Amino acid sequence: MSAASNHPLNKYFREERMPHMWCSGCGIGIATNAFITALDKSGFDKNKVAVVSGIGCTGRVAGYVNTDSFHTTHGRAIPFAEGLKAVSPDTKVVVFSGDGDLMSIGGNHFIHAGRKNMDITVICVNNLNYAMTGGQVSATTPKTAITATAPYGSFCEPFNLPFLAEAAGAVYVSRWTVYHVRELQKSIGEALKKKGFSFVEIISPCPTLFERRNKMGNGLTRMKFYKENSTVENNADTKKAGIELNKPFIVGKFLDIERPTYLDAMNSYYDAALECKVGYVHYNGVKQEECFDD
Amino acid sequence: MLKADTKGVLTGIHYMDGDHATCEGALAAGCRYVAGYPITPSTEVVERYAARIPCVGGIFMQMEDEIASSIAIQGAVWGGAKAMTVTSGPGFSLMMEHIGLAVMTETPCVFVNVQRGGPSTGLPTLPAQSDMMQARWGSHGDYEIIAICPNSAQECFDLMITAFNMSERFRVPVMFMMDECVGHMTEKVVIPKADEIEVYPRAYTKKTPAEYKAYEPIKNLVPEMAPIGKGYNFHVTGLTHDEKGYPAMNEDSQKKLVSRLIDKIKNYKKEIIMIEEEYLSDADVVVMSYGITSRVSEKAMLDARALGLKVGKARLKTVWPFADEFVADISKKVKAIVVPELNAGQIVREVERAAQGRCKVISVPHLGGGVHKPEVILEAIKEGAKGERSK
Repeated sequence: MSAASNHPLNKYFREERMPHMWCSGCGIGIATNAFITALDKSGFDKNKVAVVSGIGCTGRVAGYVNTDSFHTTHGRAIPFAEGLKAVSPDTKVVVFSGDGDLMSIGGNHFIHAGRKNMDITVICVNNLNYAMTGGQVSATTPKTAITATAPYGSFCEPFNLPFLAEAAGAVYVSRWTVYHVRELQKSIGEALKKKGFSFVEIISPCPTLFERRNKMGNGLTRMKFYKENSTVENNADTKKAGIELNKPFIVGKFLDIERPTYLDAMNSYYDAALECKVGYVHYNGVKQEECFDD
Repeated sequence: MLKADTKGVLTGIHYMDGDHATCEGALAAGCRYVAGYPITPSTEVVERYAARIPCVGGIFMQMEDEIASSIAIQGAVWGGAKAMTVTSGPGFSLMMEHIGLAVMTETPCVFVNVQRGGPSTGLPTLPAQSDMMQARWGSHGDYEIIAICPNSAQECFDLMITAFNMSERFRVPVMFMMDECVGHMTEKVVIPKADEIEVYPRAYTKKTPAEYKAYEPIKNLVPEMAPIGKGYNFHVTGLTHDEKGYPAMNEDSQKKLVSRLIDKIKNYKKEIIMIEEEYLSDADVVVMSYGITSRVSEKAMLDARALGLKVGKARLKTVWPFADEFVADISKKVKAIVVPELNAGQIVREVERAAQGRCKVISVPHLGGGVHKPEVILEAIKEGAKGERSK
């Protein structure tokens, strides 16, 4: 038996599906590893964890992790996760996907899940472009960056994801890069343990497409860039968390607050409002026996 | 089969419309999760569900759009619930991708479409049956689907239970194709006792996680589901997959999987197809209709018989898969099949295809916004009766 197959974290991976399909220098492997490590350290029973992904390079995470896992449609991992969590509250539901998936096509679901404070953890690998389809401009591509569909550079303001998450109603918001492996592990662990809508943004290179087109070097170059140009600023105002091309940016835990989750709010509200007993409910303000038992 | 859970069954004699009866049918069938987005003329289904479900013991979630609704229900199904979403034309259009996801991942669920006039925003408050082909072909790729068409409030209740049962039996999304008239028509609805209602249970695997393969066909070409959170660590993907459920993107896997998705419906059509028949044995003309149009056709057929015309009735309760063999059979015996429908002529194409020129097929289109005048259908019956019987 090889050393690799004895690795203590192996149980979290579908070994038969290795090697994975990510490019050399890509950060998704590091992000996945950080998630697995956080899961292992956090003490969750992995059989009670469900990973939901959308479509894209990061969307393939669900296929490699050895938990109940769902590889859904493009942009719709979050509403799938909401339905799953709603009827299976004992399951730790983790959405693991990319910026194109979660924030571009799926942006509406992201803000509404935040607003409702659905009890799910969203991990977003932000590589600043659509990678799987060949490096097109996404909702997070910094201005002036060249992509396949912004060949002269993007002229459009990108989303600042931590700011968006906070504004939408998330209770936990952090950002790290794939250089910050320890911080990332710790942060994902905190997010997993947080009750409510927790959000971790992971800045990652896409050397094959984004870095190449923008002459930003390879994976290693970017690791050095992250090390030298990111400043840890915990509790920072998320308005300051925007990302500009090749400019310094902030990382850290930006938000950690308490707010009732959707399901807790629903249950406590109905407990109070309905004095619930089977067969007795209000319908448009009319009691059931008047409305339903005609 | 199990007996229905008493908590969801509002036993008694009621006076309610089709939308409300649909909701009660879903509750009786064991539907404990609905995600939806308001849209006329379907909204009353979810309004009633939202009111009823807290004390029955389930969840209604109003989502941000129909795209979210149509996949939230699939998350709920994998989480262990029976689930449905409810919509009308524009919302149905938004749900198409997720009908394909449910087909590909074999997620049992129900999509209710209370049809209104289209295209686009069309006629929000007025009836049509113009989404019938969309229900069959709307999502990309090859697949078979089940679509059921009730024609009364009572059938909205009864067939809703059938829809849920079929979705579990075949592991396929079932389209429940109502129309504005059926949805808003208030009639007597008898809801039986819970122990008189048969419910198809979610058939979870008895295998151990080590033995289990998520997409290995076990019985009738259908694989078994595994419960979440029990160590099965199963994978579900919309990609073409192998029996383990892992992506397998090649010609052979595609052929194997897609053939099975088609055959698990096509080879078991006899279990699925429901047709109400009357006076077929000596009919010269058969009126083939579905949904609200079948109610208008009743009057036309009565009038035709009063004139001495031999008219038979074939009402499609199941529209998809299409009753090819049934139509082929009657096409050998009659002069004509008359097909009135609230669209420019959708199901008539299927009738023509199955009849293969053996008898006349007379389309009676109506573009929606109202229903046919019985006289228009009567004229078509008279025209059909003039011809010669096929050989």
